[in-house]
Amino acid sequence: MPVEEVYRLYGLTKQEYEGIVKRLGRKPNHVELGVLGALWSEHCSYKSSKRLLRLFPTQGEHVLQGPGENAGVVKLDDKVWLAFKIESHNHPSFIEPFHGAATGVGGIIRDVLSMGARPIALMDSLRFGLPLDPKTKHIVKGVVKGISHYGNSVGIPTVGGETFFEECYKTNPLVNAFCLGIIPAGRMFRARATKPGQLLFLMGSSTGRDGIHGAVMASGEFSEDAESKRPNVQVGDPYFEKKLIEALMRIIEEGLVVGIQDLGAAGLAGASSELANKSKMGVVLHLEKVPLREEGMNPYEILLSESQERMLLVIERDKVQRLKELAKDFHLEGEVVGEMTDDGMFRAYFHGELVAELPVSLITEEAPVYERPSREPDYIKQVRSFKEEELEQKDIKDSLLKLLSSPNVCSKEWVYSQYDYQVGTNTVLVPGGDAAVLRIKWVVSPEIKSEKLVALSCEGNGRMVFLNPYEGGKYVVAEALRNLACVGAQPLAITDCLNFGNPERPEVMWQLEMAIRGMADACKFFGVPVVSGNVSLYNETVEEKEIRNIYPTPILVAVGAIEGKRFVTHKFEEEGSMVFLIGDLKRSWSLGGSEYLKVVHGIVAGDVPAVDLKKEKLLHETLIKLIREEIILSAHDVSTGGLMIALLECLFGTGLGLELNLYTEEALDRFFFSESPTRVVVSIEKDKEELLKNHVEGVGLDWLLLGKVKGEPELIVELYEEPILKERVEDLEKLWRDPLADML
Amino acid sequence: MKFGVCVFPGSNCDYDTYYVLRDVVGVEVRFLDFRETKIQNIDCVVLPGGFSFGDYLRAGALASKTPIAKALMDFAQRGGFVVGICNGFQILTELHLLPGALLRNENLRFVCKDVYLRVENSSTPFTKKLEKGEVIRMPIAHGEGRFYVPGGELKRLEERGQILFRYCQEDGSITKEANPNGSVGNIAGVCNETFNVFGLMPHPERACEDLLGYYDGLLLWYSLISA
Repeated sequence: MPVEEVYRLYGLTKQEYEGIVKRLGRKPNHVELGVLGALWSEHCSYKSSKRLLRLFPTQGEHVLQGPGENAGVVKLDDKVWLAFKIESHNHPSFIEPFHGAATGVGGIIRDVLSMGARPIALMDSLRFGLPLDPKTKHIVKGVVKGISHYGNSVGIPTVGGETFFEECYKTNPLVNAFCLGIIPAGRMFRARATKPGQLLFLMGSSTGRDGIHGAVMASGEFSEDAESKRPNVQVGDPYFEKKLIEALMRIIEEGLVVGIQDLGAAGLAGASSELANKSKMGVVLHLEKVPLREEGMNPYEILLSESQERMLLVIERDKVQRLKELAKDFHLEGEVVGEMTDDGMFRAYFHGELVAELPVSLITEEAPVYERPSREPDYIKQVRSFKEEELEQKDIKDSLLKLLSSPNVCSKEWVYSQYDYQVGTNTVLVPGGDAAVLRIKWVVSPEIKSEKLVALSCEGNGRMVFLNPYEGGKYVVAEALRNLACVGAQPLAITDCLNFGNPERPEVMWQLEMAIRGMADACKFFGVPVVSGNVSLYNETVEEKEIRNIYPTPILVAVGAIEGKRFVTHKFEEEGSMVFLIGDLKRSWSLGGSEYLKVVHGIVAGDVPAVDLKKEKLLHETLIKLIREEIILSAHDVSTGGLMIALLECLFGTGLGLELNLYTEEALDRFFFSESPTRVVVSIEKDKEELLKNHVEGVGLDWLLLGKVKGEPELIVELYEEPILKERVEDLEKLWRDPLADML
Repeated sequence: MKFGVCVFPGSNCDYDTYYVLRDVVGVEVRFLDFRETKIQNIDCVVLPGGFSFGDYLRAGALASKTPIAKALMDFAQRGGFVVGICNGFQILTELHLLPGALLRNENLRFVCKDVYLRVENSSTPFTKKLEKGEVIRMPIAHGEGRFYVPGGELKRLEERGQILFRYCQEDGSITKEANPNGSVGNIAGVCNETFNVFGLMPHPERACEDLLGYYDGLLLWYSLISA
């Protein structure tokens, strides 16, 4: 590489570099280039997505902190606030699955911690290639083990999540980690200093050479030498994170801190410049003060190291003594490394020598924003040309058995049984249902308790978004909120992680823009704000001549509240209860984007069944009402795999059976396997049938009586009183329970 | 009866245990720091679950070298009650206050799930509110829970009635399928020779509230407070 193109080593383009030289009136030095390269990376600056992210609604009656801070914060009740966020750790998890995933968990915990919240729950949304070849199996096992290692040890339960397998994620797995924390009302912290002269106290682990330039790595596409980037991946230590959490909780309790910022992407450079920018101040760092774990580290490495388990605290001068005592007490490093100034400059010294001097605004706010070209991809016309009517009819029983053991439908117990989902004794509904449900309590000062329960649901059907990004975006939001409604929870807010391909390709920009528009329209309609999140672009692999971008995969976590501890699960409760399908049923049911098309016919095609947002919202309100008034015994939404799979999921693990008496004109494959939205399976006691029908009809929705729950553990399906299917539930359950464990 | 809950760096079931004792069982309880050198005015010490000192080196190994561990030896010798849950059980075997050792799970994976336990001896202070042969349900969550003692020692434990719980099926039968980690003889919980020190891998502190879907754990705590 010619000397004049050296900026490329830092992930900067020619135009970006020239802009920097012009702004500074001189050439930046090596350290300055490192800082700018890291902070101007897509990962830190959102330069391709910023313009579109403004489309999301971010305000609402419960919102206390929207996007822009380390996590969003909403009000649960008068005493408890909730802080939460989801973030990606995709690129590191391909290069080094175990540590990549583990540090993803560690990073999101610190985001929530920096709001002053005690983290109480984790979730993970994972996407892998099909678990058939050794390399993919290695990734799956490594990622799950990494999450298990970190989350279990740090003592925060992993209460839910989702896992999907699709070819497009083969060399670009997605690992999105979510964390929820609780704050006693009124005690939220931000990444802010309040006046110049306040000190920066770096606390936690020592700093090493791990993860230098991770943000730049995460902002480039992969080529065949991806694995040579392994030294870019950070290594996590959950034991230090646990001590850091406890220490910070004590520090807050003793009133020793003004502002908090975690160290993540771009390390100390990122944390201090963002803090300075948000505080509208400058900052001076003395890099020789940073506690190191390796000898001979230079200023560049110290500034940009992404060593884990570190926090930057803004403190008053008279608190240094006590903070050092506490750090020692908790077996942590703790040192004053800099201070806030009033001149808006970022300056770093190393043993008295000035090694970097940049305007804070140049590093942060002046990062470029791109309006990249966007164009509808060619594949869209091709997938839409699919004619469902011409589909070959397949045997229903064969199809059902195939679907049950498909990795996207089968039980994910192999994954979640490796996570401690109960530590903290707040987990009311364990993984495996539509949503996780948590009780809110903390027992030592400050004691926290809420009469409300909190529900969390995680969704992100990339296949639907691929087929139609706009309708897919709506579909994903509708499903996440429907899952909350299925346990009786009213939504408070959403956090999202947008996982897309290379934004320099107009087709990917089009997907991003349409998906965001779809999601934003749905969020506005439902009145549910997006309060935090993250964008992960460049999920692309260039291999020989093949360019592979992932499916556009927005992943959402919806957070909701349950009143009066009234909730239901997806499982059928008792023999003799009646099983109904309720929702938007008079529309045409489509097989577009279904798991059935993929698994049984080997096709990914069709259009996404458009969500009627009005009916969807009515369905959620009705469900919450039916649960609060104790009219229904169980609720489960129809999603991946369709109605038949939903019904079996209600049955598995109950020891009960089901008899379906169907009267439908619909083609059977469509009736059983369509993934059309706005439909929920509910069960009720026989004498409440009329009550249910009145509620559903009263709001203009439809109901369909499907059958009843039996004591005998078998599945019987009759169509116009003719038997078409009779199976032992035990056999079906085995097909559904074991595939993942067998494959891995 | 007064309880103490030991806190090591990396303990993570300390708050849960404290909460259950204070708010659900309703007894006096306080935290004990790992640096404390004396255990005074306490009737029962609970070593909670978690990853003490990150479980580096070997689960429970570093915690067994702390000042409180030394004090715990004296406390146990004086007849004080000691309960070790999960990581606490590992610490007690490291201290040789309990026999055997806890090895990596047979399948080398962490496992979190519900298990059924059969009561093997109900005439101890830890199990007196239970019936011999009774089956209870509790969750487990561990990566190193495979209990091991050599054959001769196992026989002696059985003869002396030191085995309190075995993993079983819902109907009480002891089978290989019911064993979640490969423990010898499906053993889930054991006691010392003098019946004042008890360790188990399942989590009774997680199994005390209807809201969370459990109540059998309460029987263990109620046994202790009536001891």
